[in-house]
Amino acid sequence: MQQTPTPTERRSEAERPGEPILSVRGLKTHFAMDEGVVRAVDGVSFDLHPGEIVGIVGESGCGKSVTMKSVMRLVQRPGRIVGGEIRYRRPARDGEEALDVDLAQLPGRGRAIRRIRGGDIALIPQEPMASFSPLHSIGDQIVEAILLHQNVGKREARRIAIEKLSEVGMPNPQQRFDAFSWQLSGGLRQRAIIALALSCNPSILVADEPTTAIDVTTQAQVLELLKKLQRDHGSSIVFITHDLGVIAQLADHVVVMYLGRVMEQGPARDIFHAPRHPYTRALLESVPSLHAEARVALPTVSGSIPHPLHRPSGCPFHPRCPDAMPGRCDVDMPALVSVDGGSPVACFLHHDEVEEADRG
Amino acid sequence: MADALPTKPLLQVRGLEKHFPIEGGFFKRRIGSVKAVDGVSFDVHEGEILSLVGESGCGKTTTARCVLRAIDPTGGEVLFRRADGEVVDVAQLGEQQLRPLWREMQMIFQDPFGSLNPRKNLLEIIGEPMYVQGTTDRQTRMDRVAELLNLVGLRPEYMHRFPHAFSGGQRQRVVIARALALEPRLVVADEAVSALDVSVQAQILNLLLDLQRRLNLSFLFVAHDLSIVKHISHRVAVMYVGKIVELAPTEALFLRPKHPYTSALMKAVPVADPDHRAALKGLPGEVANPAAPPSGCYFHPRCPFAEERCRTETPHLRELEPGHFVSCHRAEELDLDGIGDLEGVRPDLAGAPSEPPPSEPVSGVAPGPEAVRENDPTPPDDPA
Repeated sequence: MQQTPTPTERRSEAERPGEPILSVRGLKTHFAMDEGVVRAVDGVSFDLHPGEIVGIVGESGCGKSVTMKSVMRLVQRPGRIVGGEIRYRRPARDGEEALDVDLAQLPGRGRAIRRIRGGDIALIPQEPMASFSPLHSIGDQIVEAILLHQNVGKREARRIAIEKLSEVGMPNPQQRFDAFSWQLSGGLRQRAIIALALSCNPSILVADEPTTAIDVTTQAQVLELLKKLQRDHGSSIVFITHDLGVIAQLADHVVVMYLGRVMEQGPARDIFHAPRHPYTRALLESVPSLHAEARVALPTVSGSIPHPLHRPSGCPFHPRCPDAMPGRCDVDMPALVSVDGGSPVACFLHHDEVEEADRG
Repeated sequence: MADALPTKPLLQVRGLEKHFPIEGGFFKRRIGSVKAVDGVSFDVHEGEILSLVGESGCGKTTTARCVLRAIDPTGGEVLFRRADGEVVDVAQLGEQQLRPLWREMQMIFQDPFGSLNPRKNLLEIIGEPMYVQGTTDRQTRMDRVAELLNLVGLRPEYMHRFPHAFSGGQRQRVVIARALALEPRLVVADEAVSALDVSVQAQILNLLLDLQRRLNLSFLFVAHDLSIVKHISHRVAVMYVGKIVELAPTEALFLRPKHPYTSALMKAVPVADPDHRAALKGLPGEVANPAAPPSGCYFHPRCPFAEERCRTETPHLRELEPGHFVSCHRAEELDLDGIGDLEGVRPDLAGAPSEPPPSEPVSGVAPGPEAVRENDPTPPDDPA
């Protein structure tokens, strides 16, 4: 009864659906602090294709949130996008022309980015309590977003808001329209936030650890909802998390980050079953599983994540890497390149390409 | 099982209650109470790790705090057997009598950033409990701190540094060293690894297991993450709205849960394998409000097996099999899924028998790395 997938079932890079709706290339977001420059995002590249869920996974300080904040142009000073391209392509839809813009080049407070943020790219934040104003009903806040981005009247906006609330599985959406966020339980509040994010029919949903603050039984409901959105509406979702279990259940394509760099990316199955980067392997091994032997020592990664101001030279993972090659990994930064038509990996164990910008 | 379960209970909690008053109206009269902990009973044996697991608001942290008397319980007994064999009821003691007791019971907190004073160096932080308990000689404290730092895997030279110089995992090691300073017999760990990154979390879990074995420590381990609980505990108590709904040895609980809530919790844990995306089964509805719990069994509004009796009669914790306690009217008749029968999970497990596996239950369940690789058409490249 073991399903052995045929090679055609596996989705390689070439088989991902359509032209990417979002292409991030060499993105660098640095924070100029008094103590020095924190390279929070330091050359990140990935694609999001239509109808796909891309999971960005990594530990704290890996730059996963700052990457998506950069895409939405929400990075605040002293943070600044210092390099790279964020190409957003949207086909024409009713009343709006097709878009093909580099979000990194738009003025950060300009009209264009404000139309895209919320209207085209919507955020599902981690902390639902902090995302709603306690003074206005959740319905009014959804209506506000609709009126801001769509050319509709108040009555129509209310209808859309109730429709979205029912779409995310809010029981009694008519009545809950008038509820305040503090009257809702954690799970319902998270649903309300998702309704708000969906209210303007965005092409991309960015979910930043949306289930970290809620319990497992409720988390399961929210994950099922996101899967349903992908299935029924073809939503394209970027899902940020530190939880490998959640990523495995949800993502089609996985991007593994460490200290502002992409270590490895590829189809979820490859990442989980044939991880190639030592960091990905270490991450997968060190998580206790319900199905593993109990009370035995877990394989660990030595050391801890370096301070962002004291980045190691060369590959950022080399001081903790069991396979590090002295004189190689601590000198040059490996580039993120595909080997033998496979998924891209940034490791000298697999290729010899050095990241150009860091050479010399 | 490698560690045979010792028999002497170190801690016996009996009918523990913590009710918080709800005040309302003009005169702030008591109009009700939140039964945060409502009649909880369990034992912790010497050298045992007992976990309290449950979702937020289930009362697991409140229980742990009552055990240490960090807060005062409103009812019940907390019987602690002291090193000299005397059994005391911690719930009844006054502050003066508690102080010598706190040598024997210590706490590890969740947040290693909030639980260390940034103005004190490690010598002061780890040495403080010794100072408070009467070790006034600085050199003695320095020697002991060096020894403790070694024990938790930090270099003794670090004792003159301040917490800001350390990462989250290292700080948690400092917190553990401080908790061990007075050679306690019971350590209460409240979400001790939840705030840590996974690569660091594994190190701390290994450290806790190692300390438990080397020092024969007893742990009351409070956590919400089932995978971690499964990994570390000898026995597990599952809490729901202030009550224990199931208590059993770890393997029995995970392989053959007897309470529908325990089974539901396991099904909701996402499995780190993209080939097995069985629909994650969340529970309908939300955790009951402890200020206005439902009638009968608190879990009945969310329970797929609820019947009339569950709505009216409150179930009590009873021993279904030796050592396996459950609070469910229908525990005998229900055949619930454990981790071995999770739908679609790990093909090598799907056909696993539901009967108790033979002598080595855990190793029978653990899929080796080969089992995973068999599924994949391309074996991982050998880096060499």
